Amino acid sequence: MALMTTRRADIEHHLAKYPDKRSAVMPLLYIAQEEYGHITQEAIAEIAEIIDVDVTHIRGLIGFYTMYHDKPKGRHLLYICTDLPCAVRGAEAFSEQIQEHLGIGHGDTTADGMFTLENVMCIGACHRAPVMQVDFRFNYNGANWEDLTFERAKQQIEDLREAQQTE
Amino acid sequence: MSEIILLRNREIENLRNYDVYVEHGGFEALKKTLQMDPEDVITEVKDSNLRGRGGAGFPTGVKWNFMPREDVTKYVAVNADESEPGTFKDREIMEENPYQLLEGSLICAYAVGAELVYIYIRGEYWEIAEILDESIERMRAEGLLGQDILGSGFSCDMHVHIGAGAYICGEETALLNSLEGKRGQPRIKPPFPAQSGLYSKPTVVNNVETLANVPWIMEHGADAFKAIGTEGGAGTKIFSVSGCVNKPGNYELPLGITFRELFEIAGGITDGNQVKGILPAGASAAILPATDEILDMPLDYESLKPYGTGLGSASVIVLDETVDMAWAASKMVQFFAHESCGQCTPCREGTYWLERLYERIDHGDLDPEDVERMDSVAAQMQGKCICALGEFAVNPVMATIKHFREDYDAAVAAAQGSGDIPVMPETTPAGD
Repeated sequence: MALMTTRRADIEHHLAKYPDKRSAVMPLLYIAQEEYGHITQEAIAEIAEIIDVDVTHIRGLIGFYTMYHDKPKGRHLLYICTDLPCAVRGAEAFSEQIQEHLGIGHGDTTADGMFTLENVMCIGACHRAPVMQVDFRFNYNGANWEDLTFERAKQQIEDLREAQQTE
Repeated sequence: MSEIILLRNREIENLRNYDVYVEHGGFEALKKTLQMDPEDVITEVKDSNLRGRGGAGFPTGVKWNFMPREDVTKYVAVNADESEPGTFKDREIMEENPYQLLEGSLICAYAVGAELVYIYIRGEYWEIAEILDESIERMRAEGLLGQDILGSGFSCDMHVHIGAGAYICGEETALLNSLEGKRGQPRIKPPFPAQSGLYSKPTVVNNVETLANVPWIMEHGADAFKAIGTEGGAGTKIFSVSGCVNKPGNYELPLGITFRELFEIAGGITDGNQVKGILPAGASAAILPATDEILDMPLDYESLKPYGTGLGSASVIVLDETVDMAWAASKMVQFFAHESCGQCTPCREGTYWLERLYERIDHGDLDPEDVERMDSVAAQMQGKCICALGEFAVNPVMATIKHFREDYDAAVAAAQGSGDIPVMPETTPAGD
């Protein structure tokens, strides 16, 4: 069993946190997503067996919670908040500039498979709009992704691309 | 300078560091509490008039008092799922003053007899969850968690549970379902969590800011807390100010402050503009027109009720004269349509249809009757759903139509070619 081979300690750490192992489904889904880039059908089957639920239940959860995905995405997930408080500070125009720079629409992945861009609902940084997250983080690749200007965001995206390519 | 209870990190450098926290009186309240009868702890918090800072404003001590006294398994769930547009206060507490939250949570667990605390934090706060994990680990190492804490005979442990992008999980029973590994859909109440909560066991669910007040109350006493603020709201409150102000951010101020004072503290309105509308509690509370009466009203949990809105989480979104309120409503409608959990038909279908109607503004084909349709769809959702999300979704529609009808009329006129088409930023389709 793949996840249990590569991530056994992490899985057991989470299982030990709860009196009912079914509660561990959310952290286990994150582990699968970290491990494979998205939640694979094999991982769904394995998690279902570990916590003793039906695979249908797990598929339902993946559909319900927006931060899980069962299809491949870019190597990095870029979130841009375009909710009301961010929008009045120019986040929608900012998102369009980023889309144009990356040559993709929101929800799409760049041709090199590096970035998937998503306009998202509130991420708790309304006072620092325009704001992005990289892989659910405000700080990534040695940079902070809040209080952005398009120029700075563009630079940080290119720095990130370069860091990955030289890796 | 008014009293600072929560954002002490603004005055004390590196407060997130354990040693610094202890140096500045950290865990003294816990030590004091562990010598007290749990019943007296509940009484102290009740007497302080502390009210829930998450939005509902329910008296915290009363909530604790609902917990049964029998020796059964009980839980504390900390609601750190802060996801309301305009809200970013719990984030600062957890990032910069995490031990105060953890100390308050532990005091709560002791008061109600819970041996396990879960902190449910939103997935987008991944880095903050790591801070909490490290802080909890340090507390274990210091003997502040685990068996027989500080020789008191009280045992308790804490775990962080990371959510995955569902606003609805901030609703307490949806949070509990999510923690149980289910979809985060609200439960019908009663039973309330105090009777049947996590794994059907008695559970207290409190917001981060609420619990972070508790160490101060235990240390200084209920009367000192009540001495701050107003009759309708004791203590300080973190106001998250966003939108059209020069210095958006968190401001911890005594309850009873006015919007006018708050906006001045937040650097004034952008470009010297006039404020047009105020969302006092994020996207969910009905918008208020910025009249002198509203601007000069002392803000607490009671004062905004006559205006059909509330202070809630005090996440104040400021909209100035340049903002088209029909557009603002459409943004909030998109949010609620995206975040409806799908359980109740009026909310699921109602938010869908509202979103479709609001799209007509953007497409330049809003019909004169569409505004009535919006109002009608909203009216059909009111009071018909299990949780408050259905009610929240109605607020931006009804309140903007009531107070800013001219913005809708302008959109209708533009669609009929008799007016300028309002300049609308490109709207975002609902996500996945």
